[in-house]
Amino acid sequence: MITLLKSTVTTSGRSRLQRHKWLLIRRLTQLSIFTLFLLGPLADIWIIKGNLSASLTLELLPLTDPYILVQSLFAGQTLTAVAISGALIISIFYILVGGRVYCSWVCPINIATDCASWLRKKLLIKSNSLFPRNTRYWLLGLTFLMALFTGTLSWELINPVSLVQRGIIYGLWTSAFIMLAIFLFDLLISRDAWCGHICPVGAFYSLFARFGILRVSAYNRNQCDDCMDCFVICPEEQVIKPALLGAEKNISPVILGINCTNCGRCIDVCDKNVFKFSNRFTHTTTSNDFPNRGSSQ
Amino acid sequence: MSLTTPQTSMTRRRLLTETARTVCGVSLVGLGLGFYTHNARSLPATSLRPPGALEESRFLAACIRCGLCVRDCPYDILKLADVVDQAATGTPFFQARKAPCEMCEDIPCVAACPTKALDKSLTNIDHSRMGLAVLIDHETCLNFQGLRCDVCHRICPLINEAITLEPQHNKRSGKHALFIPVVHSDKCTGCGKCERACVLEEAAIKVLPINLAKGELGQHYRWGWKEKEKAGKSLVTPDTQHQYNLPKGLQYDHAGDGLKKDQL
Repeated sequence: MITLLKSTVTTSGRSRLQRHKWLLIRRLTQLSIFTLFLLGPLADIWIIKGNLSASLTLELLPLTDPYILVQSLFAGQTLTAVAISGALIISIFYILVGGRVYCSWVCPINIATDCASWLRKKLLIKSNSLFPRNTRYWLLGLTFLMALFTGTLSWELINPVSLVQRGIIYGLWTSAFIMLAIFLFDLLISRDAWCGHICPVGAFYSLFARFGILRVSAYNRNQCDDCMDCFVICPEEQVIKPALLGAEKNISPVILGINCTNCGRCIDVCDKNVFKFSNRFTHTTTSNDFPNRGSSQ
Repeated sequence: MSLTTPQTSMTRRRLLTETARTVCGVSLVGLGLGFYTHNARSLPATSLRPPGALEESRFLAACIRCGLCVRDCPYDILKLADVVDQAATGTPFFQARKAPCEMCEDIPCVAACPTKALDKSLTNIDHSRMGLAVLIDHETCLNFQGLRCDVCHRICPLINEAITLEPQHNKRSGKHALFIPVVHSDKCTGCGKCERACVLEEAAIKVLPINLAKGELGQHYRWGWKEKEKAGKSLVTPDTQHQYNLPKGLQYDHAGDGLKKDQL
């Protein structure tokens, strides 16, 4: 309780709500998406049918997960017009909002790994990650190769992301254990392991971010006082560095790293309001970069 | 190129080691996953796919596990496989003994499928082949004991086509007849209503995947009488008068005495 109270008082006088604004919006989005899916089976209100692999909204709008469709293609299946159009809609959407928005705004596992990351800091668990960041891309390649050589959607037999989202929507109880397992793995064994290093679903969606329009920008980077709060909170801290510290090298303040999930936690935690949601085409910063840093040196 | 400076070679060494480590780890995952996939491909005999499902190995490549067929089944008989179920994770199946396919004429599950996993060319539910009913246990089936249970026959949506009752002599009583339920594979859709309805504690008639239920003749095999009928005559050279080729002085009497020596 004392720690909770302490954390409400910040140096800049920003309220607890302000420091958690995007986190709350994000959680609401995640819960709303699953509520919409569950309204059908629980309350007989059929707005969305299906699950995140493929769904039908209002008996009209088909949506398909492009990742599972590409696996199906590798497994030797021809695709239907419905599936392709559904996947195109999803692809365009994630190009607009930034690929890994799927990870932080939709995927239910994100809730478990965020909790693990938070608890890790509270309990001062210091172990590092056992995996390099690019493990996910090797795994992504493996999932396609497995589909190619086995002729089935091999990865989907064990893919925790689809298992959990399907489990929640269709009431399959084992998904709770999978979520718990990932939580404990992230908490005790390896830092940010699943979402930040291993998950090939995230790796796939990060590819959209290469063209992603919506991006976080360190537009106010001249105000940065090197408190490191953003680096501590960010699950993909490597993406912040070039944008935040790249003024001398004339690097854009827009975070272009494809693994930025647009979660907005850096915006929340920064007392100097360095970050905001912007787009990849806006490279402007507020005038003269880094007066604070210059003066402190 | 000064690649031999300690700094560079250490970085390169680290890069190579780390890459090798990742590739090795990922490959091990692939190996395990490969074995698991191999096992997961066999659908358990009690789990049936929805109507119009592709042959199992192709079904597993085409089905994207969205469950739209499950949602559109008006009788809620379809389930998505959980990790602990034997059917491949996330794929739809039903179990005839628990709840059989109700054979909707508009086949909503097939209409709902966004991929080719459930074949849209199936427009008449009577043409679906979800499995094949087999009267497995002749020892407990009541009709085999001479009783007139007939439940599987009467519940069958294709009564007298997919299941017929064939009268046979009742050896036990010496009178009456046995009415043996016989399933015809050219008509049976595998809906499972007979298995569901079987009055025994454990059903004597069960719907099995077709590859388990059916035998298959060799490609070269021909039924002699059918070929004869088709050709209008026997295709085998008719027997000529049989001739014994015995040493001089010996004869063979086929109908009576057998081998005979000529009387000298």
